[in-house]
Amino acid sequence: MKESIAAFAATFVFLGVSFSSSQNTDPAPAKSGKNAASVYAELAKAPEKARAKRNPFEGNPDAVAAGRNLFEHHCAECHGAGAEGGKKGPNLRAPEVQEAPPGAIFWILTNGVVRRGMPVWSKLPEPQRWQVVAYLKSLGVSASSAPPSQLEPPQPTVSPSHRASPLH
Amino acid sequence: MPLFSRLGLFILLPLFSLSVCFPSPARAQESPYFVAYDHYLEEPGNLEIEYFSTVGTQRGGNNFHAFWAEFEYGATAWWTTEVYLDGQTTFSDSTVFTGFRWENRVRPLKREHFINPILYFEYENKSGADKILKEVEGHDVESDFLVPNAVARKEHVHEIELKLILSSTFKGWNFTENTIAAKNLSNNPWEFGYALGASHPLALQASANRCTLCRQNFVAGVEMYGGLGDRYTFGLRNTSHYLAPALAWNLPSGWTLRLSPGFGLNDNSHRLLIRWGVSREISGFGEMVGRLFRGRR
Repeated sequence: MKESIAAFAATFVFLGVSFSSSQNTDPAPAKSGKNAASVYAELAKAPEKARAKRNPFEGNPDAVAAGRNLFEHHCAECHGAGAEGGKKGPNLRAPEVQEAPPGAIFWILTNGVVRRGMPVWSKLPEPQRWQVVAYLKSLGVSASSAPPSQLEPPQPTVSPSHRASPLH
Repeated sequence: MPLFSRLGLFILLPLFSLSVCFPSPARAQESPYFVAYDHYLEEPGNLEIEYFSTVGTQRGGNNFHAFWAEFEYGATAWWTTEVYLDGQTTFSDSTVFTGFRWENRVRPLKREHFINPILYFEYENKSGADKILKEVEGHDVESDFLVPNAVARKEHVHEIELKLILSSTFKGWNFTENTIAAKNLSNNPWEFGYALGASHPLALQASANRCTLCRQNFVAGVEMYGGLGDRYTFGLRNTSHYLAPALAWNLPSGWTLRLSPGFGLNDNSHRLLIRWGVSREISGFGEMVGRLFRGRR
């Protein structure tokens, strides 16, 4: 009985600490402009060697489809189903991301932005991270985040059967 | 009901009722390890609910089924905190609750490196009847488990455990090395142990189709773990060691199944430990509970 009480007490301590930490230590939601800007700024910190890397799946429609599955499972929770930003993660269809070299996006995926709440994703094997990059790049700049001069009609970069589209 | 003891079901059923009720599972990409840790922490705000079993053989005594539930929460991207509840059934003896643990893992470095350190702190409040073998340290040997539950549960153990986890990922392979130092707070010497692990997904590329049985959903690995004596008698003498192949199956629905047969490597070890586990990750759990306390805005 004594052990059970101790276990329940520990559970309450655990829950209390966890929830307070999730609300206090997670910095301002990334959807806020300031925080999103600081997350985008991380892209510029990618070393030149990383930025120069080419996506081995560039133009591969299967990779875009696979990347979309991976994005839904691992990224959509924070960045939104259509990658246009969520409660925790910034808009990935913003010009800052879409115009970044694929290698820089891959570098961010690999290293995370740990102090800003983005975890390290190197647990996804390297080809899967490139598949996610291929999917993100296929989305293009969203109308809501692009200056008028950058708005373009959708680019059919993949075959019609695999064309990437916002998920919802 | 030899394997699923009453206490096991008591933990298991509410656990999964709870997890099934949550509508937003996250697909996990979990490692197959049972004992070793790699450097990947829980995603911030996610709760992973896990149930694990260990069925062990016992020479000179009764075989046992030890089980534990884990509630693993990603407090931030650099800090994961976790509570364990442990119990065991010794066949032809009894079923007992054996205690709880509170574990924290902290990632000190901001970026990914060739070797990634994680600092691990754990407080354990358990009885002497604990048999989950979540780690092996000091001079833990098979004969320690011969004590009947009625006697063993009277011993209360308050222990702190520190681990240095060094983990690398290279070309899809994960290699991890855990160094363990544990201190029983009732004036016992520091005890030491180790756990090593290597794992690799069966496929590195994801399939364009959603699938359950795709090779990319399986991660195979092997663990080796054992004790290294204590502060006064450091070394391999009178210690136990295990080698355990392991397999994890990450289902698209958010569930992960794990299986691992472990083999004792010397006469001080249990001959066989069959471990299995099932877990489910719930995304946005912290936010959901936060809303409950804050109210809707």
